[in-house]
Amino acid sequence: MTTATANPWLASLLAGHASVPARPHDWVNRLRGEALERAHALTLPTVRQEDWRFTDLSPLYELAFRPAAPAAVPPGLGLEPVIAPEAEARLVFIDGQFVPALSALAAGGVGVTNLGAAFDAHGDLLRARLAQLAPFADDAFRAINTAYLADGALVLVARGTAVKAPLQLIFATTQADVATHPRCLVVAEQGAEVTVVEDYVGLQAGAACVNAVTEIVVGPNAHVRHVRRQQESPASFHIATCAVRLERDASYRSVAVAAGARLSRYNLDVVQAGEGTSCQLDGLALVRDRQLADTHSFVDHAHPHGTSRQLHKCVVGGHAHAVFNGRIMVRHGAQQTDSAQESRNLLLSRRAHVDTKPQLEIFADDVKCSHGATVGQLDAEELFYLRSRGLSEPVARGLLTYGFAAEIVDRIPVPSIVAGLHRTVLQATHDEEAA
Amino acid sequence: MIRGDAKILLEVRNLSAKVAGVAILKGVSLTVRAGEVHAIMGPNGSGKSTFAKALVGHPAYEITSGEATFEGRNLFELAAEERARAGLFLGFQYPVEIPGVANAQFLRLAYNTIQGARGGDELDPLEFDDFVREKMKLLDIAPSFLERSVNEGFSGGEKKRNEILQLALLEPKLAFLDETDSGLDIDALRIVAAGVNRLVTPANAIVLVTHYQRLLNYIVPDYVHVMDGGRIVKTGGKDLALELESRGYDWVAAEAAAA
Repeated sequence: MTTATANPWLASLLAGHASVPARPHDWVNRLRGEALERAHALTLPTVRQEDWRFTDLSPLYELAFRPAAPAAVPPGLGLEPVIAPEAEARLVFIDGQFVPALSALAAGGVGVTNLGAAFDAHGDLLRARLAQLAPFADDAFRAINTAYLADGALVLVARGTAVKAPLQLIFATTQADVATHPRCLVVAEQGAEVTVVEDYVGLQAGAACVNAVTEIVVGPNAHVRHVRRQQESPASFHIATCAVRLERDASYRSVAVAAGARLSRYNLDVVQAGEGTSCQLDGLALVRDRQLADTHSFVDHAHPHGTSRQLHKCVVGGHAHAVFNGRIMVRHGAQQTDSAQESRNLLLSRRAHVDTKPQLEIFADDVKCSHGATVGQLDAEELFYLRSRGLSEPVARGLLTYGFAAEIVDRIPVPSIVAGLHRTVLQATHDEEAA
Repeated sequence: MIRGDAKILLEVRNLSAKVAGVAILKGVSLTVRAGEVHAIMGPNGSGKSTFAKALVGHPAYEITSGEATFEGRNLFELAAEERARAGLFLGFQYPVEIPGVANAQFLRLAYNTIQGARGGDELDPLEFDDFVREKMKLLDIAPSFLERSVNEGFSGGEKKRNEILQLALLEPKLAFLDETDSGLDIDALRIVAAGVNRLVTPANAIVLVTHYQRLLNYIVPDYVHVMDGGRIVKTGGKDLALELESRGYDWVAAEAAAA
């Protein structure tokens, strides 16, 4: 299927589609075909759209990316710092390709498999779920991702199964100038419990474009904890959507950390699709130099007795720019909704910049909703207190910055990741001082 | 303990200082020798806290005239952290809360920084843990103190004890304790005072900045100074504190004005 498109960048990005091998399952080929067609028809986001007002993608559109060719995994890849030893199972994708040799599959009632290998065993489930929570009709990047649907992560936790140890999904980029389209589907059936760690890491020097889509279905009374780390290479672009559906009495708790990439955009959409659901969305953006990190979240309270908690923090140094848009919808009939959102931002330099925007839309009359935003610098009294104990000004600033970020990092339920991120924060503040 | 031949630690002459453009200190002079305990008393707004903060290097306090030397070094040429490393300490009236930083981490960093400046041995986390827990026992501090964020959610008394714990860890040569007694109940005051008394040696000195005489029942000063209007207007022995307690401060100011 070929369709002409007016946009040469998009045409070039989609040109590699022909190289994606057809599947024996017709519905997969059809889904990809529809997505491809849609991608050709859609326009790419620009700052003229309200949702992209602060995040200018034109630097992305100036670069050419090719589909990642399957490559031999180089020895000494450097994945070790990303690997969480606590994980019971791990899927590793290198430049979009599933690498069994680096992965470890789980035993027991947990299905953690490569999507590409799951079309036979879980065909009905995939067909019913894929691209449902994150439809691509109005979103060019999701459409592109779906057009390239091949390898990806499927996490399937059977009814009533509580998985104690975390499951880790690693998407590593090792080649420059490639575009990859990571895809995850997490299904926690009724009463299931699981912690999923989703990692994006760049190990290459040049630019890459990582365009990820994750869908998470949390069944009735199921509980999902989600840790997301974005540590792309400094020249890379990372555009991602995570769409979550909470069924009755389900809960979803997530901590998303954006530390890498030249430009990153994370859309987190949570739909409360039953009564009594709860979600906690915590985020940390840690940017410096000329990085931009944008988080757009949307919590859709559609039923009574839902709760949502959100704390989003940005630590912004150098000439960097952080964007937060937190939209909370409380629909008519979503009575007794209890929602609290807070955006707190720390500027480490005069050139650092934050745009933060809470967006509450409330159509029910018996609800409790709060939101707040602060933007500030390090507190002078706190700095003096530390210096009066002998700490140099750079060390004092680093410790205070660390403390600011630690409130989010410490909410991650995986100790090795907490420790790793503490080192990342200290390193970043150290470099900021040295700059 | 007063010994005329003891080493002079701090020598302040005619110190004047401004905060936000307002003159607060108007010519303060004070000499502190090793082994001495001084108390600076005075009504609210007399400049007691400002004096202590200006000497340890708070950036909001601008020195307009006068000089201060610490063991012969010009204090005003040193940054706040350099003064701390040289052996100066301030126990804060209102200790600052630092969310997200564990007390243990902060205390160890401060301890190792000061040790490093003195050429002493730094301690790794395990060694420091043993060391700090011993000190905490002396101050009757619960072990949970270490895991909590620095001063965050601490009661007034806990914050003051955390200050004295830092005093015990850092072993400064000269410590200003700014209103360390205010807000403490009598049991907490006894514990804090006992902790301070254990730390007084012939080689170091303490300056208590206090509004109340009560503290001086537990930590007996060698000198009591009365500040008023940005100056030290009277100096006496420990009995002066008792006199201030019964007669208030007004007579001292009147006496100073008449002189």
